[in-house]
Amino acid sequence: MIEHLDPVLLSRIQFAFTLSFHIFFPAFTIGLASWLAVLEWRWLKTGNTVYAAIYRMWVKIFAVTFGMGVVSGVVMSFQFGTNWSAFSDKAGNILGPLLGYEVLTAFFLEASFLGVMLFGWNRVSRGMHFAATVIVAVGTLISAFWILSANSWMQTPQGFRIAENGLLYPTNWLQIVFSPSFPYRFVHMITAAYLTTAFVAGGIGAFYLWGGRHIREARVMLGMAMIMAIFVAPMQLLFGDRHGLNTFIHQPAKVAAIEGLWETQRGAPLNLFGWPDQKEETTKHAVEIPKLSSLILTHDLNGEVKGLKAWPKDQRPPVLWVFWSFRVMVGIGILMILTGVTALVLFFKKRLFETKWFQYWCAAMTPAGFAAVLAGWFVTEIGRQPYIIQGVMRTAEAVSPVQGIPIAISIGAFVITYAVVFGAGGYYIIKLVRIGPETEADVYGSHGVKGPALITDLVSEEEGQHV
Amino acid sequence: MFSLEGSLDLPLIWFGLLVTALFLYVLLDGFDLGVGILFPFAPSDECRDRMMNSIAPFWDGNETWLVLSGGGLFAAFPLAYAILMPALYMPVILMLLGLIFRGVAFEFRFKAVKSRFVWDYAFHFGSIVAAFMQGMILGAFVKGVQVEGRSFAGHPFDWLNAYSFMTGVALLFGYALLGATWLVMKTNGITQDWARKCASYVLGYVGVFMGIVSISMPIMNSGVRDLWFTLPNFCYLLPVPLVTVALFIFIWRDLHKGVENRPFFLSIGVFLMGYLGLGISLWPWLVPFAVTFRQAAAAASSQSFLLVGTLVILPVILIYTAFCYYVFRGKASHEGYY
Repeated sequence: MIEHLDPVLLSRIQFAFTLSFHIFFPAFTIGLASWLAVLEWRWLKTGNTVYAAIYRMWVKIFAVTFGMGVVSGVVMSFQFGTNWSAFSDKAGNILGPLLGYEVLTAFFLEASFLGVMLFGWNRVSRGMHFAATVIVAVGTLISAFWILSANSWMQTPQGFRIAENGLLYPTNWLQIVFSPSFPYRFVHMITAAYLTTAFVAGGIGAFYLWGGRHIREARVMLGMAMIMAIFVAPMQLLFGDRHGLNTFIHQPAKVAAIEGLWETQRGAPLNLFGWPDQKEETTKHAVEIPKLSSLILTHDLNGEVKGLKAWPKDQRPPVLWVFWSFRVMVGIGILMILTGVTALVLFFKKRLFETKWFQYWCAAMTPAGFAAVLAGWFVTEIGRQPYIIQGVMRTAEAVSPVQGIPIAISIGAFVITYAVVFGAGGYYIIKLVRIGPETEADVYGSHGVKGPALITDLVSEEEGQHV
Repeated sequence: MFSLEGSLDLPLIWFGLLVTALFLYVLLDGFDLGVGILFPFAPSDECRDRMMNSIAPFWDGNETWLVLSGGGLFAAFPLAYAILMPALYMPVILMLLGLIFRGVAFEFRFKAVKSRFVWDYAFHFGSIVAAFMQGMILGAFVKGVQVEGRSFAGHPFDWLNAYSFMTGVALLFGYALLGATWLVMKTNGITQDWARKCASYVLGYVGVFMGIVSISMPIMNSGVRDLWFTLPNFCYLLPVPLVTVALFIFIWRDLHKGVENRPFFLSIGVFLMGYLGLGISLWPWLVPFAVTFRQAAAAASSQSFLLVGTLVILPVILIYTAFCYYVFRGKASHEGYY
């Protein structure tokens, strides 16, 4: 039994597990950092303390989330080497500098100014504090830029050559950084992060309204979130569509798996639902809409769409996962758009903040963005299999010379650690939500201390010592 | 393809940058890991709050130097990264798990009421595990790594032996010294008195362990022995141990005379000397005694591409890191922060 532990499968499980956990945090903090910057800007501009109260509530949640994002992210940066060393050796010339730039341009920026943002209330001017918030927000976007650039290159590699020793060498950095799928993936992911945050903020605002608490702040939260749902959710459908068309050109096997399409055909139908069967090479119980797939992908009712049978069996992705993850993602996207439409109707009826069932609905949609982001990454990552670098290197060739047992042990350790740590983190976030925004202006930050209480120079002055 | 290869010795520059980044990590995370190691021994909860507050704004930035060291190794010397990480699979994973527990403790302990002690211990044991594993990694590293072709060819437990256990304990004491002297600088009152006692207590152990490592390396490896104990090298290298001894004497005197700031910087000096000693002994190996930094170097075009950005960005990082330390200058209060 133990001899049969497959390092490739185990490494994939470990990477998928740690990455799936990690993606929750950036997906949330990218949007939250930008939102906090907007809130602080509104506060400085209007002097309305409602923005300050909301800021102070959410910056505590941001701090907890960001902390968890940092520690789970450090894990990711080492796993390329611990579990995928053959990949690191082969592609290091290309991916190394991209990740290096991420650390240099984003991680230091975020980590350093996060300190000022969280602890600097009384230490720096209001303007400097606002600048720190903006810098952290920009840092999250820069970080997303580089990591998505690296991921996109693995999906649609270009600008390199394969040398005689089997290693990849860069030939054009501009082509590497801006690989064909990168602009689409970047816009799609940032928008997804913004929507995720919007639905969390809106859901919690709706939850307060539903319970008749923190009405003033809750209206702002729900209102701002619904602006995002009304305008940005439909845009995301468009961005997603463009991303899909780009994938159709560069990774047609992934699209065939998304569609659950086995035979190459003209006028291909769209499988609304069904059960793809990898062994029998068919999609069972399919509910089809004739010709729609061709129309969407080729803008022609009789355009040709390649089916999975166009590839040998060992070059097809696991169809069932890709097929259903895609439907979960799109389904949630459609629910988000419907939420926006409903909000618009209620707004014109002047009942946006009073409709009980809508508050209930928005509260239920709170985790929707996370599920959609996770499902989206399942589509794109599983859809690239069996390759780790599309068409260049197979996942099975990428693994480290580490035996199955150590990996099995480390998976167990990660599962237990993440369950304890992130379980506790979730609990503390729920606690913060339950407390909600505190209106007293003299409450500083998450440790609930009244009045200014930083590392204080007062102490040392009293004792006549200066540092 | 764009490359600075013709005009610059890229592998050497990157080796220098990487060694510097790793050293900065050891110093910066060293003092906050050290605070975690000493944490439960502090006289009161108020002291512990003070200790936590003295490092809370910095720990995240400090840990980023670890990510830079890992990322830099991957970017500039992918072959070394691809050999060392699998060789050190278990200690690296354990270190990461330790860092997770201590990292989240910063936020969680201020949110928790009844369960605060749980996160106090998560912080303490997380710091100990991370520091101990870093020490074991160092021990495994200096003993050398088995390599075949382009990959690690040893046993999964090669890193685990009496020597690496000793270096693990040694680094625990080393970080505790940095943490204690940091607290002498950043706190006052009973916390400072206690930190001062800790520092003098730990100082002796640090000296003993540095002695053991210094003696054992030339005994274990003939190359190292020849390097240090032949003339004229011996004369050139003699200042390293001499300065180290002088630093110990100064720290001891400062601690007993009540000097507040200098012990921390002198402790940094001790680390610098230890690091220099190791660096001189292991030169030019990046995977001891199998792959040199030149053999492990990434393509010239890759090193050039990242170097251009690094030369611009790294000074900026140093400036705003200094700014953040400046913003939070002075003594730490026991009261909650932000």
